[in-house]
Amino acid sequence: MTPALSKSERIVSRTNDYTCNEMRKIELYEMGWNLKDGLRECLVAAAPYGGPISLLKGHNRRSPSARPQLEIYSSSGLPLASFPWKSGVVKQLGWTVSDDLLCVQEDGTVLVYDLLGGFKRHFSMGNEVSQSQVLETKIFHSPYGTGVAILTGALRFTLATNIDDIKLRRLPEVPGLQGAPSCWAVLTQDRQSKVLVANGSHLFILDNTACTPVTPPGLSPQASSIVHMCVSFSYKYLALLTDSGHVWMGTSNLKEKLSEVDTKIKTPPKQMAWCRRPKSQQPSAVVMWDGLLIVVGECKETIQYHLDDDSILVPELDGVRIISGTHHELLQEVPGACEEIFKIASMAPGALLLEAHKEYEKESQKADEYLREIKEQSLLSEAVRQCVEAAGHEHEPETQKTLLRAASFGKCFLSNFPPEQFVSMCRDLRVLNAVRDYTVGIPLTHTQFKQMTVQVLIDRLVYRKLYPLAIEICRYLKTPEYQGVSRVLKHWACYKVQQKEESDEVIAKAVSVKLADAAGIFYSEIATKAYESGRTELAIKLLEFEPRSGEQVPLLLKMKKSPLALSKAIESGDTDLVYTVVMYLKNELNRGDFFMMLRNQPVALSLYKQFCKHQEQDTLKDLFNQDDDHEELGNLYVKASYKEQRLEARIALLQSAVDEYYKAKNEFSAKTTEDEMRLLRFQRKLEEEKGELLVGFSLHDTMTTLLSVGLHKHAEQLYKDFRVPDKRFWWLKLKSLAEKEDWEELEKFGKSKKSPIGYLPFVEVCIKHHNKYEAKKYVSKVTPEQKVKAHLAVGDMEGAAEAAIERRNESEISTVLSRCSATTDHLLMERLNRAKATAVKK
Amino acid sequence: ARTVREPGAFRHLTRRSSSRLKELRRITKRCSVRIECIVSLPEDKLQPRDFHILFVPRRSLLCEQRLKEKGVLNSFTNIDEYILDLIPYDGDLLSMESESSFRECYLENDQTSLYHAAKGLMTLQALYGTIPQIFGKGECARHVANMMLRMKREFAGSQTQILPVFDTLLLLDRNVDLLTPLATQLTYEGLIDEIFGITNGYVKLPPEKFAQKKQGEGGKELPTEPKKLQLNSAEELYAEIRDKNFNAVGAALSKKAKIISAAFEERHNAKTVGEIKQFVSQLPHMQAARSSLANHTSIAELIKDITTSEDFFDSLTVEQEFMTGVDTDKVSTYIEDCIAQKDPLIKILRLVCMQSVCNNGLKQKVLDYYKKEILQTYGYKHILTLKNLERVGLLKPQSTMRNNYPTIRKTLKLWMEDANEQNPNDISYVYSGYAPLSVRLTQVLARPGWRSIEEVLKMLPGPHFEERQQVPTGLHKKRQPGENRTILVFFLGGVTYAEIAALRFLSNMEDSGTEYIIAATKLINGTSWIKSLMDSPEENLP
Repeated sequence: MTPALSKSERIVSRTNDYTCNEMRKIELYEMGWNLKDGLRECLVAAAPYGGPISLLKGHNRRSPSARPQLEIYSSSGLPLASFPWKSGVVKQLGWTVSDDLLCVQEDGTVLVYDLLGGFKRHFSMGNEVSQSQVLETKIFHSPYGTGVAILTGALRFTLATNIDDIKLRRLPEVPGLQGAPSCWAVLTQDRQSKVLVANGSHLFILDNTACTPVTPPGLSPQASSIVHMCVSFSYKYLALLTDSGHVWMGTSNLKEKLSEVDTKIKTPPKQMAWCRRPKSQQPSAVVMWDGLLIVVGECKETIQYHLDDDSILVPELDGVRIISGTHHELLQEVPGACEEIFKIASMAPGALLLEAHKEYEKESQKADEYLREIKEQSLLSEAVRQCVEAAGHEHEPETQKTLLRAASFGKCFLSNFPPEQFVSMCRDLRVLNAVRDYTVGIPLTHTQFKQMTVQVLIDRLVYRKLYPLAIEICRYLKTPEYQGVSRVLKHWACYKVQQKEESDEVIAKAVSVKLADAAGIFYSEIATKAYESGRTELAIKLLEFEPRSGEQVPLLLKMKKSPLALSKAIESGDTDLVYTVVMYLKNELNRGDFFMMLRNQPVALSLYKQFCKHQEQDTLKDLFNQDDDHEELGNLYVKASYKEQRLEARIALLQSAVDEYYKAKNEFSAKTTEDEMRLLRFQRKLEEEKGELLVGFSLHDTMTTLLSVGLHKHAEQLYKDFRVPDKRFWWLKLKSLAEKEDWEELEKFGKSKKSPIGYLPFVEVCIKHHNKYEAKKYVSKVTPEQKVKAHLAVGDMEGAAEAAIERRNESEISTVLSRCSATTDHLLMERLNRAKATAVKK
Repeated sequence: ARTVREPGAFRHLTRRSSSRLKELRRITKRCSVRIECIVSLPEDKLQPRDFHILFVPRRSLLCEQRLKEKGVLNSFTNIDEYILDLIPYDGDLLSMESESSFRECYLENDQTSLYHAAKGLMTLQALYGTIPQIFGKGECARHVANMMLRMKREFAGSQTQILPVFDTLLLLDRNVDLLTPLATQLTYEGLIDEIFGITNGYVKLPPEKFAQKKQGEGGKELPTEPKKLQLNSAEELYAEIRDKNFNAVGAALSKKAKIISAAFEERHNAKTVGEIKQFVSQLPHMQAARSSLANHTSIAELIKDITTSEDFFDSLTVEQEFMTGVDTDKVSTYIEDCIAQKDPLIKILRLVCMQSVCNNGLKQKVLDYYKKEILQTYGYKHILTLKNLERVGLLKPQSTMRNNYPTIRKTLKLWMEDANEQNPNDISYVYSGYAPLSVRLTQVLARPGWRSIEEVLKMLPGPHFEERQQVPTGLHKKRQPGENRTILVFFLGGVTYAEIAALRFLSNMEDSGTEYIIAATKLINGTSWIKSLMDSPEENLP
């Protein structure tokens, strides 16, 4: 096949008052396809941004013997897919923002294919549409994605703004509409998609709620009907063609008129499109009839082109592409920088620089003259900038090079000129030239490329399975691996795993080898693809490469590899994930198998036990039983016993606990539990006999209560039965009696036998209850070590001093001294000080 | 706002009147496996309600599953998560505030909080660079380090190019050092926490001491609301005294008082307009300092009332005896007396556990005696609490192995006879003699390194390890001579204020060459810690 030839033609038209836009037509490709009848009798759809082209030949044929053929081509006409159409009658073809083909059928069903002809899914535009059939349909792009608008046989509009999240909207009725409207278009305004409808000379805007009549300002009165309309790529501008042959151009909100031009042709056109560069000052639209193309702008004069062949117009951000049976051309306003440089006899700095460089190449001194001229006006940096910019707008690599060389030459004479623009332009152009190549066929302009971003370009290459080129571009542009190479490799791997002819081992190996060094590969996604294409074994192999356990688990569960899922979840340390698997297994497996699986995974088991503790006490018991964990079973019974109101039930549960504790060989727990049972019985008995509330008290509190109500014998009985240590019992009795201020009983108790806690507590407890008199009774009984403390407690300074001196203990003497007051205990202090001195000497 | 009360998982599902998320008044603190009740609210026709869930610290599939089973998942307009792992508490302190972390890890074998800790550390590394060195001691530390290394692999390729701020991460299990939290903290901040309890950086104090003493205001009424004070290093005076031994606080406060009154006296010297202007400009600062001084003087008085009491002294004496290894192998008369007088149970448990830890387990007879005493006095219901304490190793019967605590104490110099409380020269000042084991391990790691204490490390539970993380070339820190190393110490299972004080002391020590940043699953003290391990079956009564 022949590589694309490219030639530029320029047409300049000038009138007296207005300067019309200069237009240029660039041949992008000579089409590689071989169409017998050209584009005649074909449904054609070409995606913007140099996207693919789809053709449906003979779409109106209904006989099964001659099915229509659906063909998909690249922009250069290379075949991507071709297959006979077996579904219903197609009314419209269109492309989504992610290069998917939409085929809208007569019954309102929309079929979605990928760009290589693979069927993806289908959706319906609703019952109303399928009943009244599709009359006309338009596919549009909005900030929300790709949308579909349908005019039904009942003359009502139905709209879906985003086919990936379908919400059907039925628009209000258009008043007075008898047949199909003369023309209509979809607008995006105020973050809403609206339909603009022309019925004769009447114009309406339909939104969700209302149908509003509108009038374009300054529309010439000769017109009795609007026959065609088109909205600009940015939805900002609107062009209307009337039956009188006038083209009205204005803003799409219909507030402002930009211009109106008479085409002098009254037959309805085949197509009309905006052809306006972003930021351009002037409007321009293209109208196409059979064999004729007219560009209208601000001036009265129009530019006319003859077309040899049936063609279609593809509106772009910065121009219009014209596709015919043999050629593919781009018609656009000449970019500012290019015009400045290439205009005949231009004196713009860029033009001079280009000239200077040419002379320099010829080794002529004129180079210096030109340079001097630019430098004298201090326009050299402007000249360089112009050359770089112009290079970006040129399609011919030779021209690009010439301009860039001139720019580079100019840069030599500038200090501190920022290199970024030049460098990034060189890089961009290299990428653009690569994708514009005939074999790839994505004829992007630099403006379009900047608008669509590298990310999207990479995606588009990936959809076309041009993985090596995508990777080369990522590497060349130094795109972060995460967004660049790794992403492409992932797509490649997803595609690779669907190749049926290769064995699991070969594919797994190929994938792992290619992806080994790439950072941030999500193997789980690749594995999911493998699983979806029915290759479970391959999916498991691939999952092994996934470093994020969290991502492995859901797929493993889906593939019913639950033991593996469980161990992966545990490996991740994410307990929530473990719970997810455990809960899944609980529903999936029978109880025995479930328990067995948990048994082998202690982490999962203990988490499940936590869960059961709060939600399923009975299951917990089964688990402990399975493990013969008698200790825990005992604890469980103890806990349960506290939930019982009835004493008998409570004791019964405690008995079960005792049995378990014995089985666990935990004698201490068993014995104390038995004690508790004994105590409970005792408490209840006494409650019944004496009417004191006792059940649930600790042994200590029970005895205290008994003593406080004078049931000394019963308290003594508990003391003996439960072998309460003497010390504690003495403390308890001492405090209880003092509390009751039963001093007589206390004295008796004190004398009953030698106190195991000594007599200092007696002194202190009496003092605490403000009975100095009683306290003094016990001072004499206190051990020598505690004498000083005891005397001090009852406030007997003399006694304390006496005891301290006797014991010749320095620190005790000091303690007493610190408690003496200088005024009253003067003599005592002297004695103490003397004693202290001797004690120190010793 | 009407809230639906639910214990555990979602404490509150909150209504909001407008469509703004900020209206969410209270958010769930932690989600666990519990959803116990779901209350159905009557349909309010006039005021339709929106319900929202905000999971903290992380969304839980299990929780959503439960809500789905209960059939209410669809009633929520928004289900979202607020990832809250490490919360900054001060310039050098991060906490996860995960109350039950120690209990979950060591008692229930539920390592959820460790997963969150690892996630938190990953976030920290995303912000402050990869930490080149990881040291650790203990099972949980090992687990966290493993998860971190694993997550690091998962994020491969997306690393941020940040010069590492931290040189080393040290992960420490709380169960490596069970002793320290049991001891009564003796720093100013530690004592505030021991006595009044610091929650979320605030302390509530009895109001009496803070009553305005101004006369002529007529109001004799004493404030009844507890006084709430915020405690952090933003307050100049507090920053100065928080980590001092309490015995040195008095002197610091009176010194400060002199400085402040001297500053106020300055006004008499101010003669020119310029001087007066300068004085006035400093006034707000001086007044703030004065009110801060008044507050802390009151707090110090409150604390002093307690620390000078005989009870406090006796109990401290026993603690110190245990820590120095005196009579740890027999029943302590003091504990016996305390039980006999039915002192607060937690006090008893702290002491008994301490004795057990300092003796590397108690003789079966002694242990059973204590247990029986506790059950008879405080009630049988505490049997489960005692079992919990045994399971985490706070209480244990002596094994055949000999008691290794004295060796550990001697090698690590855990007891310093003449601790200088006023002008400390060693971390042991924070417990007036006892140097917290956890901080000693940290100190030794920095210099001369763990290799010197290999033997002791083997005696402590759990593995010790070192890991290195690859730092991209070009991000290797070139330390200037004299520049400090920064070590992040992460306490898994909680950290006490005294330990923090000890680490800050090490940071500030001259020629230490190391600066410490502290992170923990929770700020704890002996009381809150033991409380978290208690099980009260009666609470579950419907």
